[in-house]
Amino acid sequence: MSTPSTAKSPKETVQGGAATPEVQTFDPRHFHAQAHDALNNPQIRGNFRSAMDGLMRKRRDVFAEWDLETLRQLGANVRARALARLPDLLEQLERNCQANGIQVHWAENGDEACRIIRKLCESRGARRMIKGKSMVSEEMHLNAHLEAAGVEALESDLGEYLVQMAHETPSHIIMPAIHKNTGEIADLMHDKTGIARTLDADTLTAAARAQLRERFLTADVGLSGVNFAVAETGTLCLVENEGNGRLTTTVPPMHIAVTGIEKVVEHLQDVAPLYALLTRSATGQPVTTYFNMISGPRKSEEHDGPQEVHLVLVDNGRSRIYQDDELLDTLRCIRCGACMNHCPVYTRVGGHTYGTTYPGPIGKILMPHLLGLEATRDLPSASSLCGACGEVCPVKIPIPDLLVRLRKESVGEGRGNVPGAGIKRNAKEVAAWKSWQWLATHPAFWRLGTGAAGRFRRLSPGHLPPWTDYRVAPKPASKTLHAMMRERCRTESDS
Amino acid sequence: MTPVKLYPAKPEKVYLFGTCLIDLFYPEAGMDVVHLLEREGIEVIYPDDQTCCGQPAYTSGYHDEARAVAAAQLDLFPEPWPIIVPSGSCGGMMRTHYAQLFADSERQAQAEEVASRVFELTEFLVHVCHVRLVDRGEPQRLAMHTSCSARREMGLAETGPQLLQQLSNVTLVEQARAAECCGFGGTFAVRHPEVSAAMVADKGAAIEAAEAEHFVTSDCGCLMNIDGHLQHERRALRGEHIASYLWRRTA
Repeated sequence: MSTPSTAKSPKETVQGGAATPEVQTFDPRHFHAQAHDALNNPQIRGNFRSAMDGLMRKRRDVFAEWDLETLRQLGANVRARALARLPDLLEQLERNCQANGIQVHWAENGDEACRIIRKLCESRGARRMIKGKSMVSEEMHLNAHLEAAGVEALESDLGEYLVQMAHETPSHIIMPAIHKNTGEIADLMHDKTGIARTLDADTLTAAARAQLRERFLTADVGLSGVNFAVAETGTLCLVENEGNGRLTTTVPPMHIAVTGIEKVVEHLQDVAPLYALLTRSATGQPVTTYFNMISGPRKSEEHDGPQEVHLVLVDNGRSRIYQDDELLDTLRCIRCGACMNHCPVYTRVGGHTYGTTYPGPIGKILMPHLLGLEATRDLPSASSLCGACGEVCPVKIPIPDLLVRLRKESVGEGRGNVPGAGIKRNAKEVAAWKSWQWLATHPAFWRLGTGAAGRFRRLSPGHLPPWTDYRVAPKPASKTLHAMMRERCRTESDS
Repeated sequence: MTPVKLYPAKPEKVYLFGTCLIDLFYPEAGMDVVHLLEREGIEVIYPDDQTCCGQPAYTSGYHDEARAVAAAQLDLFPEPWPIIVPSGSCGGMMRTHYAQLFADSERQAQAEEVASRVFELTEFLVHVCHVRLVDRGEPQRLAMHTSCSARREMGLAETGPQLLQQLSNVTLVEQARAAECCGFGGTFAVRHPEVSAAMVADKGAAIEAAEAEHFVTSDCGCLMNIDGHLQHERRALRGEHIASYLWRRTA
């Protein structure tokens, strides 16, 4: 994207005609301040902790009977094979979609994709769009763009619907409203839709359903994402639980599917392992309630389905990632969210803290390519490299290695393939590491230095912020291991 | 993540790579490693010119600097003896990342050869020494925090607990979310101090909630973090390196 800002403009949506709300905006440049706020918000801490604990448990249980390692390797191979042939597969996808009657559009960036979608809406004089869940549409801020063009876009995924109603952004790629507990949702629904306040999830869901059902029937356009685009058949696969995806893609006269170019797979049979991995990794479900395979518009003899189906293939920085054989692994992602569910940092700071469309570990390795390393300067370092994300990734993206790679790019020791490379290089830090290097490659001086630290240990600083804000300062031992081992050798040779 | 490893027979000699944290802050733990290995009839060679594995610079993105320091370590282990590292973090660096660091360089073969001889201490005691421990200590409830590098990078979630379970008077308790990071992460603790602090506070509380009287770690980074936090909060619970605990109870 040309502009690194992710701040959302305040917007009135269709919900209940409430007064202009206060919009909480998050920006990756303010990661530290946003983390501070989240860490000190017991509601946020509690909501994420309990939600992530549940998701981790469900995933573990649902995979218990599986040879997970083999399945993950298969998933990784399927995705790697697709990426290896990406240019060919995209052309094949286009041909086969066109043969099926799906019109294919290419967008170099988010703005271009927004323009294409707006023009498609204008071509039918559309005023009302119903949306299935699409993170790519979040990435390009489609709703704001359409609103400016006079098209109301209503989110129909329950989580997205709540987030839109609250004038917020998703805090998780699978569960957009995971930062809210039932009480907060009850308040929100009461305030915005006028229903009686209730903590009963079924009543809340029924109220949302009633409102959405009417909108499915009256929408001019339905917009959805794509989970897998099958090149050999020109089929668009959509994974969902609420049936909103099916209604979005079948009821309105026009269906627009929007996806990143990396979502293509080669064969129909490639979908099986990826789907098996996706639902289990994401929500611990062996299968979702709905799995849609969209293969074109309504045929002349058919009574339902959209009259037009469009596929918008969005690059938005992905082709640049594609050119680097290490960074390429980033594009294997099938957007299950398991990395964030298992991330000790995400669990504590929540999704909004990242200030990016994709939060958590996948966000940390993807967003620097989309927004540049200047805007995302604190993201690659916001990991203890504990490896939990890489351990659960269903397509074996080496997330910790990619974080290290982005750190390398940040300090100007990489290949320069990421926008903003070298942004964090500063003379002071370089000098510190060069000094460390010199000492650690001159063992005699190393021993002299560490030995002196021990001899003068009384002088060692007890106040070393930020370490000592939360911990005591480590004190050098009076004798180093080097010194002890030397003494030992002497004693042994003397005796 | 870790390929199948075929372990060698118990050798006559090993190298000890002590790690910089043990060298400077916890040398007694290093000596306890020596005692444990010598009791197994193994001679321990400690190359005097060792300094640091290079990991702090590596994880910070300063790979040129890390490579220079790692190169200096590669020359210290000329004989084909196993290299024992009492840290999953430094062990993981040497076993996994040395090969990446020296890929396509003239040191690639050497780096891969050295990496293939690197063993984390508890791994070596369990899988190579097949150590049998006789507990001489008082009954105690103990928790273990296995470092993320040992657990995930080296695939050694089990070896530490396997050793501790041999101690007949020790009740090994497992804290909630045992596999979760303690928040150290090297420079992470300094670059993101508040997030790191939230993580270590939770870790300390979980170990306390398991009613452990004492805890051990296989990494001095985690130890410095968790124990340092508990001391800062004036809590009674203390920890130590697993080598010291094993030696103290079985000597």
